[in-house]
Amino acid sequence: MDLFQYDFMLRALVGALIIGLAAPALGIYLVQRRLALIGDGLGHVALTGVGAGLLLNHSPVLVAVIAATLGAVLIELVRAYGRTSGDLALALLFYGGIAGGVTLVGLSDASTGSLNAYLFGSLTTTSRTDLITIGVLGVVLLVTMLVLRPALFAVCHDEEYARVSGLPVRALNLLIAVGTAVTVTIAMRAVGVLLISALMVVPVATAQQVTRGFRSTMTAAMALGLFAAGTGVWVAATADTAPGASVVLVAIGSFLLVALAAAGLRALRRRTRTDRATSPAEPAEHEVLLR
Amino acid sequence: MTPPVIEIAHATVGYDGRPVLRDVSLTVTAAEVVAVLGANGSGKSTLVRAALGLVPVGAGSVALFGTPQRRFRQWHRIGYVPQRLGAGSGVPATVREVVASGRLARRGVLRPAGRADREAVAAALDAVGLTDRAGDPVSTLSGGQQQRTLIARALAGGPELLVLDEPTAGVDAASQEAFSSALRAFRDGGGTVLLVAHELGPLRPLISRAVVVHQGGIAHDGAVPEPAGHHADPGHEHVHPHCDEEPARLWTGI
Repeated sequence: MDLFQYDFMLRALVGALIIGLAAPALGIYLVQRRLALIGDGLGHVALTGVGAGLLLNHSPVLVAVIAATLGAVLIELVRAYGRTSGDLALALLFYGGIAGGVTLVGLSDASTGSLNAYLFGSLTTTSRTDLITIGVLGVVLLVTMLVLRPALFAVCHDEEYARVSGLPVRALNLLIAVGTAVTVTIAMRAVGVLLISALMVVPVATAQQVTRGFRSTMTAAMALGLFAAGTGVWVAATADTAPGASVVLVAIGSFLLVALAAAGLRALRRRTRTDRATSPAEPAEHEVLLR
Repeated sequence: MTPPVIEIAHATVGYDGRPVLRDVSLTVTAAEVVAVLGANGSGKSTLVRAALGLVPVGAGSVALFGTPQRRFRQWHRIGYVPQRLGAGSGVPATVREVVASGRLARRGVLRPAGRADREAVAAALDAVGLTDRAGDPVSTLSGGQQQRTLIARALAGGPELLVLDEPTAGVDAASQEAFSSALRAFRDGGGTVLLVAHELGPLRPLISRAVVVHQGGIAHDGAVPEPAGHHADPGHEHVHPHCDEEPARLWTGI
């Protein structure tokens, strides 16, 4: 592994691994809530933060965290209280976010190259400060998602029941929203605004092809995220491809492989089952027999 | 004297300013098994949802265990069984994981599950006869078994009051049997039950009092009314679906 003798490659690898582990740990709650693409939208909003940061000569990542958090809270409020216009409000926020970002970056002295770095990721330029930010936020995120797993599971699984259980539903929802914003901003370094949802969602989608429970899905998704991040950076270093895109392609490749294998296994199992289909017929489901 | 378990006084409940229930009062005391009956769209589900704070009460008051509902915090004393599991989430969850959610009201958000929690979950699964399915994804269960999962979730918290919203709608015969025996055991242990039903079926002998909701008001409060019309016919098989085309869905806001 000569490639990793360079500091910048090592930093890229460590950053990618942290994100690979943390992103699915949060993404699973988004998938459970069928909000898989929310991360994508928040990435757009984060871009406005990046633009503002570049324009004001402040740390773009920090301003992006603030912008994405505000966006996430706004989306959560729309989700909780909004009615029919929720869909439109989200669209306005997302497209406003990306347009604002492009405009602000254009106004600043930054080159189009730096816009590209945020759109598609730029792992190899990860600085020591970036790595510390990613590390601290990643660990806080991971610990929160793991410690609060039962409560977050309950809220995402059945919100009304969670309310009758006396859980702080609003606070937990906001926590997921803010966690999404934080994940988006730290993952922005690795895969870029446009590919963020992939790291949060694809490992979860892969895991649930074979898992039966929530906890096992979460564990498997985190392992898959770690694998995709490590392999992706290695592929990028050897084949000289874009690291962010390579990580995402590895994740999607794993999904296809696992999905095909799982489908094959299911077909095989079904065949063996019909071969010995002598078991007594089970009662039909949803049978209504009231007297 | 201990305060009533549920006390709804002159409550008006509505959605978007359109009242569904007007000036409704209902008191449930400890160890009662009260059935709320009524036609689809009568407001019977709204009544229990208002009692739990799931729909806001406009005028009037609601108290749980003697505490005004807004200030009520002892949610572990209540087990809620919704009409059905939500549309099914994107991520698989085992029966045991869903039932374990029922312990959260008791142990709080931060404390990890301990031995007492695991034992309560196992006991609840046993009470509804789903121990052998504990490791299976909920989505692979039949409608009746999913309903039993939700009852086990409510029982796992060790509640004093069980609130059930149409627990037997669209449930197969085996599940109905498992369900009424679980409910009987709960009542025999001193528990209080408030349940919404369209049809009582095998639950009938368990009910101590019936409340009939009709056109946004309470039309009857007392003995369980005899079934009328063709529903009373002993040979009547209740085969038309209740839940899927239910117009009630339009205003319960689900």
